Amino acid sequence: MADLIKMRARLKDGVTEIRVLMSHPMETGRRKTDMGEIVPAHFIQWITATLNGHVVLEAQWGTGVSKNPYLTFRIRGASIGDKVAISWHDNRGESNSGETAVEAA
Amino acid sequence: MNRRDWLRAMVATGVLVLLAPLRALAAGWNKPAFEAHNVGDALKGLGISRVGPSRDIVLIAPDMAENGAIVQVEVESRIPGTESISILVEKNPTPLVANYLFSGGAEPYVITRIKMAESSELKIIVKAGDQFFSVAKQVEVALGGCG
Repeated sequence: MADLIKMRARLKDGVTEIRVLMSHPMETGRRKTDMGEIVPAHFIQWITATLNGHVVLEAQWGTGVSKNPYLTFRIRGASIGDKVAISWHDNRGESNSGETAVEAA
Repeated sequence: MNRRDWLRAMVATGVLVLLAPLRALAAGWNKPAFEAHNVGDALKGLGISRVGPSRDIVLIAPDMAENGAIVQVEVESRIPGTESISILVEKNPTPLVANYLFSGGAEPYVITRIKMAESSELKIIVKAGDQFFSVAKQVEVALGGCG
């Protein structure tokens, strides 16, 4: 399950841009299968991003975020080698996390 | 354990009991806001009342989206003291899509890909201190993306 989160953090001119791609179905609970059965809601509800263990971004999501969510955010004051981590939790109680080191752009 | 220690222990336990539900509440998903079926109720759920327009919020989204399942939205707030950015789609079954809270050196900037059920106004709300600001943009959707 190592590939549920892909991420990269690049530092340029004092600002680190972090790009994250998460593997998740993000089912709204309104979609029907070809057989007419409703697919139960299954979506990420919150995201936490940390820089060296300190929270920098917290997000709450609804069902309106696209499947396999993509996220870009920026932090100021990070240095090369600093650790940026992301974790998500969904409505079924599942969770996952990923970590990367800040590199030069 | 003497009387003083006992009292200390009681006080410490009491504090823990009081703190636990507060922390759980803070960590909880905002169900009333995210399950609201219109923008007004979603804003109420977020605790947002008076919202003023702002030219200091940069919103980049397509005028026309071929596929409503993936619409890329880029938001940057230039409002000093920005704490959060909320993204809403007026005509989605549940308009509130995402709410981002920035802290500890994060820039008030985010790119997210969202679903749009049909052509609609895309609304961004920025919280700075106890004030709320917004910017909106109409996005035409060729093929709805809310399954």
